[in-house]
Amino acid sequence: MSKNKNTKIVMDKDGIDRCLTRIAYEILEKNKGMQNLVLVGIRTGGVYLAQRLQKKISDIERDKIPLGILDVTLYRDDISASNKKPRLGETKINFSLDDKVVVLVDDVLFTGRTIRAAMDALIDFGRPKMIQLAVLIDRGHRELPIRADFIGKNLPSSLWEAVRVDLVEKNGVDEVVIEEES
Amino acid sequence: MKLLLTGARIIDPAQNIDSRMDIFLEDGKIAKIGTDISKSLKSKSSEKITKIIDLTGMIIVPGLIDMHTHLREPGFEYKETIASGVAAAVAGGFTSIACMPNSNPVNDNRSTTEFIRRKAAQAALANVYPIGAISKDSAGVKLTEFWDLKEAGIVALSDDGKPVMDAALMRRAMEYGFSLQLPVISHCEDTNLSGGGLMNEGYYSTILGLSGIPGIAEEAMVARDILIAEFTKTSIHIAHVSTAGSVHLIRDAKKRGLKVTAETAPHYFTLTDESLQSYDTNFKVNPPLRSEQDLKAIKEGLADSTIDVIACDHAPHGRTDKEVEFEYAANGISGLETSLALSLNLILDKTLNWPELIAKMSTNPARILNLPKGTLEAGADADITVIDPLLQWTVDLQTFRSRGKNSPFNGRRMQGKAVLTIVGGEIKYDGR
Amino acid sequence: MKFEKKDILGIKDLSIDEINLILETAESFLEISTRKIKKVPTLRGKTIINLFYEASTRTRTSFEIAGKRLSADTINISASTSSVVKGETLIDTARTLEAMNPDVIVIRHSASGAPHILASLVKQSIINAGDGAHEHPTQALLDMMTIKERKGKISGLKVAIIGDIEHSRVARSNIYGLSKMGAHVVLAGPATMLPRDIEQMGTKVFSRIEDALVDADVVMMLRIQLERQKQNIFPSLREYSQHYCLNRSNIKLAKKDVIVMHPGPINRGVEISPDIADDPSCSVILDQVNKGVAVRMALLYLLTGGSE
Ligand SMILES: [Zn+2]
Ligand SMILES: [Zn+2]
Repeated sequence: MSKNKNTKIVMDKDGIDRCLTRIAYEILEKNKGMQNLVLVGIRTGGVYLAQRLQKKISDIERDKIPLGILDVTLYRDDISASNKKPRLGETKINFSLDDKVVVLVDDVLFTGRTIRAAMDALIDFGRPKMIQLAVLIDRGHRELPIRADFIGKNLPSSLWEAVRVDLVEKNGVDEVVIEEES
Repeated sequence: MKLLLTGARIIDPAQNIDSRMDIFLEDGKIAKIGTDISKSLKSKSSEKITKIIDLTGMIIVPGLIDMHTHLREPGFEYKETIASGVAAAVAGGFTSIACMPNSNPVNDNRSTTEFIRRKAAQAALANVYPIGAISKDSAGVKLTEFWDLKEAGIVALSDDGKPVMDAALMRRAMEYGFSLQLPVISHCEDTNLSGGGLMNEGYYSTILGLSGIPGIAEEAMVARDILIAEFTKTSIHIAHVSTAGSVHLIRDAKKRGLKVTAETAPHYFTLTDESLQSYDTNFKVNPPLRSEQDLKAIKEGLADSTIDVIACDHAPHGRTDKEVEFEYAANGISGLETSLALSLNLILDKTLNWPELIAKMSTNPARILNLPKGTLEAGADADITVIDPLLQWTVDLQTFRSRGKNSPFNGRRMQGKAVLTIVGGEIKYDGR
Repeated sequence: MKFEKKDILGIKDLSIDEINLILETAESFLEISTRKIKKVPTLRGKTIINLFYEASTRTRTSFEIAGKRLSADTINISASTSSVVKGETLIDTARTLEAMNPDVIVIRHSASGAPHILASLVKQSIINAGDGAHEHPTQALLDMMTIKERKGKISGLKVAIIGDIEHSRVARSNIYGLSKMGAHVVLAGPATMLPRDIEQMGTKVFSRIEDALVDADVVMMLRIQLERQKQNIFPSLREYSQHYCLNRSNIKLAKKDVIVMHPGPINRGVEISPDIADDPSCSVILDQVNKGVAVRMALLYLLTGGSE
């Protein structure tokens, strides 16, 4: 949030909201309704987006779509390599995933490693019929063969840039910014 | 060999000397001591001096005597041999040491005493005076042959390490020993009270979960031995005093005119049980390191002459004795090479002055053991320790001459060191 | 905050922040035990050695499950101090273990300080699973976790620890931990079981159980080791249980919603009457077991998470 870095706002509050509305419709269109459909947000940014999607979808369908929260820390492949011991968050999936269509929700799709970890975790929870992926931003630079089913915005970026999604629930403001790392 | 030592400050408590003088050694004896020796000797060309050593800035004292050393040979040569022990002694400034009998076999017989003296003569560094066992195998049951041992060369009696629990046996030993002018040295510990203990009983034993040795385990026996000495009109020397209670008992006994003498070791006025928090087995000694109040009382006892002697209780051990769980580790500190520097701290902190300290490390132990040592009088044996009082150095176990590398003082900054140790007129250690 | 410790040797060395981090992390791990697949791949490829010089099926199993649920390879070594030449074992074993290059060594030993000596000899992380009468940090952490869950907090609670304090590592670790977290710890036991200067740890000490129980929020009963009778620290089990057993009548002195804890295994009828031990309205003894795995998973995670 420090403004002295070279930062650029690439999406504002309305932009984010429009993206999420479109994604909500796309999810329902692709899955022909919310039958068998569940949302799982990836901690932490993905959780807030999943909550917003839950509201939008429930409003459209007039029925509440189940929402789970997933902390993928324990499934990451870089735990021992990193110097930070990530603080563990709560995982809360209070429903069976068996034969469900799971829509994973995250804020930024980058290398794909977080999604890989999330898929491993989901499979430990049960046997979903299908896993789909919804992200607000796809910034490229994939290191694994993973692609998103629903994308808010493609944002080609350089490796020296950081893409940050600020959300009201987390940072008090809705915006997507690119920061140049010095 | 003729040696002239010039320019040093000479301190000899036995003669009440503390001044700048020269000292001339000839044929293993102190030939002359005085202010104008160097001039008069130089003028007489007939007197050929082999060596003149300028010791300006140094302090010359009667050779230091450690009356409580464990040499480990025979039996535990991996811990220390007589040869390595005397090498450590001269490096630490000691010209004479008295060694405790708890070798294997125990020095409870003439042939072991003779063996020790023979080995010491071969090593030819410091003088070694064996201490004989009070009881056979130090088992606390049957007296050894004091007379025979005395003829073989022992200077005192002790079952150090294995406290004499039987008060009647202790009484007999003190009576019989006294009649032969053999001082009895008592390791005061009631083993029922100390049973299984690993460190001083107090706050630190409580938080460390190590079973405690209460101060009264020592004090009960100090009191007992003083009572026996009083009743039988004999003498007793209390080894390694570690508690305030013992200091009080001994002070009181001396006030009443009893023939009680006492020693403490440098670790008891340097360290407390607080240092055991790392579970470092180098701090494990018996008696154990005590509390801050005990340490203070020991210093007071040294200052008011309740405690006559500073002895090392040099207890060398091998790595396998110490690199184990605290519970299983052997007791003891390899002390000959750090004792003097640690004791010099008593001068720095004004507990003692120089003559008082030297009395406790040379004159008094000589007197207690009836040794013809501990003085720089003309005609005395030329046993001399030269101390550089300002030398700054760091304890490094790897440089120890002792085989026992078990010291809690490794890495400690020290001030003051023996730089020249002369035994019988010959230089046995030169650390200049 | 970052967890910087290499070893967990005792609660004494942990800060309040570190204790909180461990407890919070453990709470997250509690959820894994409720999953269908109770295993996460976090410590795949890591090796944990459980080095037990003292038999303890409960603690060893708990560490083993914790390691396995994190996908680590766990190796159990039961060593004995009596069968080998005295003393040589720990050092020799340490050198051998170090050559095996494990990531964590969990050690239980009858000699106080053995984990400290091991930690000074090897570069691996050491977790103290109980040493002599010194500390049992994982037990205290799971006790704190249990109290926090039942009472919502630790700070301000009155905790009474009853029994053989002198020989109890559980007592020492809990005195450190609970005091740091703001609880008011009181102790009671026969004078022969209260170690010298224990009140300097910041606790009140009583020789009668009733005095300690007054208004207690938590009562922690310690196990009496029957072989201690030989040391004359109590004349007979009969007399001990008559005066120091927690029962229906003396528990009334405590708060109405008091919880009763015991590190196990319980001597029913000696330190705690069976109807109290088995009463789910106050006894949290089974809860304690459940928390054990989560706390140990948290420690393994925190100790291995950050080293390269
Ligand atoms: Zn002794
Ligand atoms: Zn000794």
